[in-house]
Amino acid sequence: MMKFEYAPAPESTAIVDIQSDYNLFIDGKFVPSKGGKRFATMNPANEQVLAKVTQGTAADVDRAVKAATNAYKKTWSKLPGADRGKYLFRIARILQERAREFAVLESMDNGKPIRETRDTDIPLAAAHFFYHAGWADKLEHAGLGANPKAHGVVGQIIPWNFPLLMLAWKIAPALATGNTVVLKPAETTPLTALLFAEVCQQAELPNGVVNIVTGDGATGSALVNHPGIQKIAFTGSTEVGKLIARSVVGTKKALTLELGGKGANIVFEDAPIDETVEGIINGIYFNQGHVCCAGSRLLVQENIKDELIEKLKRRMSMIRVGDPLDKNTDLGAINSKAQLTKIQELAQSGDTEGAERWSPECKLPEKGFWFPPTFFTGVSQSHRIAREEIFGPVLSVITFRTPSEAIEKANNTPYGLSAGIWTDKGSRILWSAQQLKAGVIWANTFNKFDPASPFGGYKESGWGREGGRHGLAAYLKGDM
Amino acid sequence: MLAIDGTETSIKSFLRTLSPVDQVGAESRAAMLGTRSIKTTSKLWAIDTAISMIDLTTLEGADTPGKVKAICTKAVRPDPIDATVPHVGAVCVYNDMVRIAREHLDNNGGKSIPVAAVSTAFPSGRASLEVKKRDTEDAIANGATEIDMVIDRGAFLSGNLAKVFAEIVCIKEICGERAHLKVILETGELVTYDNVRKASFLAMAAGADFIKTSTGKVTPAATTPVVLVMLEAVRDYFQLTGKRIGVKPAGGIRTTKDAIKQLVLVNETAGPEWLNPELFRIGASALLNDLLMQRMKMHHGQYSGRNYVTLD
Repeated sequence: MMKFEYAPAPESTAIVDIQSDYNLFIDGKFVPSKGGKRFATMNPANEQVLAKVTQGTAADVDRAVKAATNAYKKTWSKLPGADRGKYLFRIARILQERAREFAVLESMDNGKPIRETRDTDIPLAAAHFFYHAGWADKLEHAGLGANPKAHGVVGQIIPWNFPLLMLAWKIAPALATGNTVVLKPAETTPLTALLFAEVCQQAELPNGVVNIVTGDGATGSALVNHPGIQKIAFTGSTEVGKLIARSVVGTKKALTLELGGKGANIVFEDAPIDETVEGIINGIYFNQGHVCCAGSRLLVQENIKDELIEKLKRRMSMIRVGDPLDKNTDLGAINSKAQLTKIQELAQSGDTEGAERWSPECKLPEKGFWFPPTFFTGVSQSHRIAREEIFGPVLSVITFRTPSEAIEKANNTPYGLSAGIWTDKGSRILWSAQQLKAGVIWANTFNKFDPASPFGGYKESGWGREGGRHGLAAYLKGDM
Repeated sequence: MLAIDGTETSIKSFLRTLSPVDQVGAESRAAMLGTRSIKTTSKLWAIDTAISMIDLTTLEGADTPGKVKAICTKAVRPDPIDATVPHVGAVCVYNDMVRIAREHLDNNGGKSIPVAAVSTAFPSGRASLEVKKRDTEDAIANGATEIDMVIDRGAFLSGNLAKVFAEIVCIKEICGERAHLKVILETGELVTYDNVRKASFLAMAAGADFIKTSTGKVTPAATTPVVLVMLEAVRDYFQLTGKRIGVKPAGGIRTTKDAIKQLVLVNETAGPEWLNPELFRIGASALLNDLLMQRMKMHHGQYSGRNYVTLD
C-alpha cells in the first residue's frame, strides 16, 4: 500500500520581528515600568523563550488609567462617531495587511496551529473591527435609547486561548461606542497585543485611547480595583470571574464576564453522521480544546453510539498533531505547563472514576507541552470529567435515549455557554434550542463565530453579551 | 450484505437507511482539506501518483484517429524525453475509437494500459436499454476493458430507482469478467449531496466497480465536496460489505493543485488503501500537461512553459 506522507510545510518565521524586551504601551508610547520586573513568554511548542515582557505594577496601571481618562476627556469623547469609525476601519485594514505576521506570532506565542490563526483568529479579529467600525456613527439606532453614552474608561482583561481575537472582541466595541481602554493581555500570550499596540501607532490612533499593560493576576487585580475605571470586561475562568465580581460589588463599575463552559454537543439518531463527526472534532479539538464554548460533552443517542464512536475513532486517527507552524498541523501545543498539568490531572480522574480513555496513536514531540486528542466513554453525569471544564482536547461521551433526557443532561451543569444540536429535523432543532439553557446554540455546526452574532453565557458562564447589537449594550449607558 | 433484490421497495427502503448529508458541513470539510500544503518530496510523489491515475480522455465530436493515436502514445510515455514518468491509468474514448486506441497501444508498448469506452448513450443516457446493451457489447468486442456507463438521471430524479438499478445490473452482466464497470452519476444533474450519496450506493449495490462523478459535458462536475461524499460512500460500503469500490472524479480537474487536492481527499476520507489506480482514477486531458510541467520544475528547478510539453 502506498502511503501519502505530507512533507513538513512550515510557515516561515522571518516575517515576525520579536524584540528581546517589551515595555508597556501607555499614552501612545512604549514606556518602561515603574518598578515592574520582567518575565519571559515562551513558545509552548518547544519551550524556547520568545521575549521578556513587563510585569505591570499598580503604579503602571494608574498611569495607564490616567492616560485613558485624559484621552477620553480631551479627544475621544469629542470625536463624532464617523471619525471614530474611520480609525476602526484603519485598524481593521492594517490587521488584514499584516495578517500573516500576526498569524505567525500568535501561533508561536500560543502554540495553536498556523492553519487556525491564519484562517480563523486573525480574519475574525479584523472582521470585529470592520463590524464595529460600521456601528460607530449609528449608535442612536441600536435600540439603546436616543442618545446612548459611553462609560468612559474601560478595563479589559483577556485570556490566552484566542489572544488577538479576544483583544478585538474587547477593544473594537469599546472604541466604537466611544470608550477608551486599558487592556491587560494574558500572562502567557502577550505578544500579539503588543504588536497590536504598534498597529494603533500605525493607524495614528490618538494617544491614550488604547493602553496595554502586560502582567499577571496582580496587574489584573490592580486594574479591576482602580477607581478611575468605569467598566470592567473580563474573559477567563469562572474562578477569577467570581473574584472580580466580588471586588466590583458596591462600586459603580459596570461588569461583563465571559467565563467557562461545559458545552453539550447533542447528536440525535437522524443526524448527518459524517458532518456530525466533523462537528464533534471541531467542537472539542479545535484550538486544542482551549475554547470556553467547546463541545466538551458529547451526548449521543444510545442506538447510534457504536457507529458514531467507530467513525470518530477513524477520523481522530487522521488528526495531525505537532509543530504549530506546519501548515498541515491540526492540533498544536497546550499553552502552558500549568494547563497541561490540569488536563492530565482531570484525565487521570476519568481513569480513576472508571471511564474508558481512548486516543489515537500519535507521536508527540519531546519538547514542549502536548496532550493527544482523547475521549472517554462510559462517562456518567457524576464524573468529574462530565462536570468540570477541562479546557483541553478531552471529550466526555455520554448517552441518552429520549430527547427530553438529552436536554435534561445537557442543562444539568453549573455552566451554560454553548450547545450543539445534530439532527435532520428542523422541528427538533427549534424544540431543543428552546429547552437548552445556553447562550449560543449551534445547529448542525459548531464553533462558528461572526461579529454580528452576540456571544455570552447563562449561569456560571458569565454576564452580558459580546458582539452584535446586544454586545454594544455592554459599553453604553442607555437613557431609556 | 445489502438487502436489495432489485424491486423498487427494496431499493428505497435500503436508501432510506443512509445517513443524510449536511451541505454546509460537507462543503466546509472539503474546503478545509483543500488547505493542506503538499510540498517537496510529497509533492513529487503526488505528481507521479496522479499521472498514474489519469484516464487520459478525448471525447469530442471532432476526434480523429490521428488524435486518438497521439494520446495513446502520450499515455504510454507522457514525457518523451523522460522515461521515469509513469504511464497513465487508461485511455478513455468514444466507442468508435476503441479499436484504434487498443491497436495503437498494443503496437507501441502500451499493452498494460486499458482502453475505457464511454457507453450507454453517453453523455445523456437517453436511449433504449437495447441500444445501451449493444453500445456496450460493441465497445467490449472492439477491445475496451473498462466501460464508463451513464445512469438514467431522468429515472433517478423521478424516483424510478428500479429502472436505474436494473440498467446497471444489465450492463454489469454484459461486462462480466471482460470489463471493469464505471458508473457515471452525473452529479451536476443530481444537484444535492443526498442524491449523490444515494446514487453512489445504488450504483455500488447494482455492481459498479467504480463510481464516477461526471461525463465532463455538464458543469459543475467533480467538485471537491461531491468527491468527498462519494469517497465517504465507498468507505462506508466497504464497512458494510468488505468490498472496495473505486472512485473516479472527472471534469474540471485541470491543474496539479486540483489533482493534489483530490489525492488529499482520498487519503483523509476513504484512506490510503484507495491511493492507487485500481481504486482511484482522474478523468482528464489538460491535467496531464500541467502535472508534467510541475514535475519538470520540481526536478530541474525551473518552470519551462507549455512548449516543453506536447500539445495533442
